[in-house]
Amino acid sequence: MNPKDYEQLQTQLSPKTPILKNVLKAFLVGGIICTIGQAITFFYMANFDFTERTAGNPTVSTMIFIAMLLTGFGLYKKLGQFGGAGSAVPVTGFGNAVISAAIEHKTEGFVLGVGGNIFKLAGSVIVFGVVSAFLVALIKLILVTIGVTDW
Amino acid sequence: MIASFIMAFVVGGLICVIGQLLMDVGKLTPAHTLSILVVTGAILSGFGLYEPLIDFAGAGATIPITSFGNSLAHGALAEAEKHGWIGVLTGMFEVTSSGISAAIVFGFIGALLFRSKGNID
Repeated sequence: MNPKDYEQLQTQLSPKTPILKNVLKAFLVGGIICTIGQAITFFYMANFDFTERTAGNPTVSTMIFIAMLLTGFGLYKKLGQFGGAGSAVPVTGFGNAVISAAIEHKTEGFVLGVGGNIFKLAGSVIVFGVVSAFLVALIKLILVTIGVTDW
Repeated sequence: MIASFIMAFVVGGLICVIGQLLMDVGKLTPAHTLSILVVTGAILSGFGLYEPLIDFAGAGATIPITSFGNSLAHGALAEAEKHGWIGVLTGMFEVTSSGISAAIVFGFIGALLFRSKGNID
């Protein structure tokens, strides 16, 4: 069997991804998580000295705290199975990746296990975020220096 | 107030839909998907487009991982404006430190409190 036939056979036999259903679930779960985030944002704006823009930071921290509880009790995994990207894309999914790696590797000890593996899953997000932010800032700095644009 | 909740729901949901499409249609792994979204956030920040989105959608824009890329780039840009070349590096975590430190601290506390029963990840 040549590779082309094999590929065709594989697409025929593998179960179809229910894309529409997955997209709707992702929209629903992601939307609900962001709505909860909005409620927390309002809480910080009402009770502390935060504006809509600056309230993002404490909101993110609170959401990650909630993600810790859900992850620890094994509920975030269930949410992930239902919501797909709807649970992975919000910052709670980032928190879940970090926290689950930490709990998972606890048996290997706190230094080598928890410390060494805590960014095992979330590391790529941090690396690509930092490198792209570096390039974006560098390019903008060059453009401003040669006078193409301003800050 | 109700309008803010609806905007957060719709915009946050739509960003997750983009992620789901990258995974289902683009056949990307979750790690690739999230990396693309973070890079997108950083680029949008470079064009000054992400802050208006936050004004418009609130948590719908600050909660998805794209906002992580935005805060990284935003911090780097703000310091670069003040201090030039070196600011690009020193400003990087200025704005977004809370997300990373919260993840590390709660990850560590989580490891202290919970035990893996194969149901975590």
